[in-house]
Amino acid sequence: MRYPFPVGDADFIQGDEAIARAAILAGCRFYAGYPITPASEIFEAMSLYMPLVDGVSIQMEDEIGSIAAVIGASWAGAKAMTATSGPGFSLMMENLGYAIMTETPLVLVNVQRSGPSTGQPTLAAQGDLMQAIWGTHGDHSLIVLTPATVQEAFDMTIRAFNLAEKYRTPVILLTDAEVGHMRERVYAPHPDELELVYRKLPANEEEAKYPFGDIHGDLVPPMPIFGKGYRTYVTGLTHDERGRPKTVDAEIHERLVKRIVGKIENNKKDIIDYETYGLEDADIAIVSFGIVARSAMRAVKELRKEGINAGLLKLNVLWPFDFELIEKIAENVERIYVAEMNLGQLYHMVKEGANGKAKVELISRIGGEVHTPGEIVERIKRDLR
Amino acid sequence: MYLKPSYEIRDKYLRKDMLPTIFCPGCGIGAVLQYTLRAIDDLGLNQDEIVWVSGIGCSSRVPGYVNFDGLHTTHGRALAFATGIKMANPDLKVIAFMGDGDAAAIGGNHLIHAIRRNLDVTVILVNNFTYGMTGGQVAPTTPKGLRGTTAPYGSFENPFDIAELAVAAGANYVARWSVFNYLQGINSIKKALQKRGFTLVEFLSPCPISFGRRNKLKTAPELIKWYQKITVPISKAKDMPPEELEGKVVIGEFVDRDRPSLVEEYEAYKRRAKKIMGWEE
Amino acid sequence: MRKEVLIGGFGGQGVILASVILGRAAAVYEGLYAVQTQAYGPESRGGASRAEVVISDEPIDYPKALAPDYAVLLSQQAYEKYLPLVKKGGIVILEKELVPNRNEELEKNFKVFAIPLTKVAEETTGLSLTMNILTLGVLVKLTSVVSEESIEKAVLDSVPKGTENINLKALRKGFELGEKAKNGEL
Repeated sequence: MRYPFPVGDADFIQGDEAIARAAILAGCRFYAGYPITPASEIFEAMSLYMPLVDGVSIQMEDEIGSIAAVIGASWAGAKAMTATSGPGFSLMMENLGYAIMTETPLVLVNVQRSGPSTGQPTLAAQGDLMQAIWGTHGDHSLIVLTPATVQEAFDMTIRAFNLAEKYRTPVILLTDAEVGHMRERVYAPHPDELELVYRKLPANEEEAKYPFGDIHGDLVPPMPIFGKGYRTYVTGLTHDERGRPKTVDAEIHERLVKRIVGKIENNKKDIIDYETYGLEDADIAIVSFGIVARSAMRAVKELRKEGINAGLLKLNVLWPFDFELIEKIAENVERIYVAEMNLGQLYHMVKEGANGKAKVELISRIGGEVHTPGEIVERIKRDLR
Repeated sequence: MYLKPSYEIRDKYLRKDMLPTIFCPGCGIGAVLQYTLRAIDDLGLNQDEIVWVSGIGCSSRVPGYVNFDGLHTTHGRALAFATGIKMANPDLKVIAFMGDGDAAAIGGNHLIHAIRRNLDVTVILVNNFTYGMTGGQVAPTTPKGLRGTTAPYGSFENPFDIAELAVAAGANYVARWSVFNYLQGINSIKKALQKRGFTLVEFLSPCPISFGRRNKLKTAPELIKWYQKITVPISKAKDMPPEELEGKVVIGEFVDRDRPSLVEEYEAYKRRAKKIMGWEE
Repeated sequence: MRKEVLIGGFGGQGVILASVILGRAAAVYEGLYAVQTQAYGPESRGGASRAEVVISDEPIDYPKALAPDYAVLLSQQAYEKYLPLVKKGGIVILEKELVPNRNEELEKNFKVFAIPLTKVAEETTGLSLTMNILTLGVLVKLTSVVSEESIEKAVLDSVPKGTENINLKALRKGFELGEKAKNGEL
């Protein structure tokens, strides 16, 4: 297999470009999108590469159509992805719910910009966190990953495909304009060095009869993709194990939705990922994610230089959320600061996790500029005085 | 044309456990479904290489009743989903079973762009002039002056002519019939299924419960008689002045051509890309 | 070793490309960590342009310049806006003809080298738009932030096919100017 970019080598590229390359190395062969700042570079890279690797990259009429096409491609057997930013992300909420309900593996990248509405198209924000987790209607669960560096954007794109295929679910890669546009060194392994996951297919005709049944006891049904003679029927209506619409049966609805939520929640241990720095002896913990975690990291180093025992929890996965981890941290520190580029979203989750065992404070910044480390340091020192 | 007994078609293609359907007495969707299945049967198409796609509405329930792969999606979006299915696996034949509200209102933009791209798909469009499932609201196809629950004094908007729209947007094959024209209908579907690119067969289809009841057309036979009154064959319509065509619906074959389809264009595009990048001669 | 470089000017001067080449030289050819960021506006062409490169031998946390060690200022506007940010004792390269109004008091805090970069580029290659590459040559010679070999390789990776020779010519002229500047021979 020939690749239209360096593999097994390092390159100096933008976060958006890294996401496109990683997707192709993860086996993505279908991309549908609609132009939007600051995610267009992903689409443009896909447009350049896909025809060369016998994949498809197509510009749809809007973001609703983009995610719809991605879901169709996934049922036709392809690993598929789309990318967007706030306004397009809002349009995708409808079919994101369809993907969750129909248990369709796909990767949806949101390169966040400031909102609401068209907001600040070129500037970074983290204001779509709650929307990523809860934006589509109805009870549900899904997976949200968040990178802080270009290498992480690359690695997490591959992980996003692996998790999507493993759990038959949409996975959101929640990044931002800063990570999307910055250039850093990225090592792209040769696909032979990568551990890639492919969706479970039915082992036999009997298994194929239950595209939505927990037939393996792991809550993840094999996926009888189209064109293989399974005659699968897929609907966004509440359906039984065979996929037949059952729209007024409370028991069937509860069983289906609880399984869809359960396959994520019960596998928290496998999905959740985070890094810590200096938390072992910390009196003060900073919880952060994405680009802001890099400012927080430097702030922790500077605080420690000044004799303040600060520590960092950098979240790489935003959902499922490790409330227990936050509680454990809260038991050992005096205060938890949540630094994020919004008016307080992760803050509420951390507060719930802390369960009253430590005071939780928000260090918020909006308007497009990332917190400087100094800003975080000053705020914490001010509170300590 | 020899027509097999209906039960043979039913037993061969329908999922028995899904019956009965949700369709009301006098509804035309069953007839359109039968024509589609007869066309598939006549052509001897492989059931396992066809995917049925739909959006939301009465006619969109059809993929659930037929024993094929099927994707029952969100309102109006069927053709966007179909784009992904077809492009990811061009060996599959895609049939989109759509209603008029689904296709022309909420899905209008997906419709015209799927046609513009000449997506390889056969659209079977059931036009009952109303939103049947939600109880008879007016649709973008409702003839001016006729009633629905959201225009109880008679629609004050101009309706879309979906077949003409499809021709203008570049479809390879477009035909319109009423469910009464069953032989023409089956033949049109057969033609459509054999072509590459975008093909659309529209049927005027009775909805006595949600539409007819409000417009003094309480039964299917009344609606069919009304269709006979308002439809004009395309050959005849050509020579009619616009005044005489006012309030009429033209039926027949609107276009039959062979512009390159999306799948064909994309194959050529891939070769062009490889050539430009020096990957291939 | 964390080194911060800020390049400021206006659209069309090749500010962004210069920063990308510098980052590439560090990241790909020196095995260092490097982050390149840039300020974006809504306009596709023209307007103010600013790029930053942070280079380090360990993973880079905060990716932006806090107090640039080195600054390249190619317009009056960039000079006024960014000179005050430069670290005390930092190296500053100015496009002499495009920065007519200087703040001598402030400049005392830095090592400032004012060169008619655009003019020299035009004289060297016949193309004023090779100014950004020439400037990289001056910067690398003056600061050794990356090696001359690395920046050469990164330039060759990044410039359009067929323009390799004139760009190398510009880069080497930059080295020469940098050497002179170092020795106070400008």
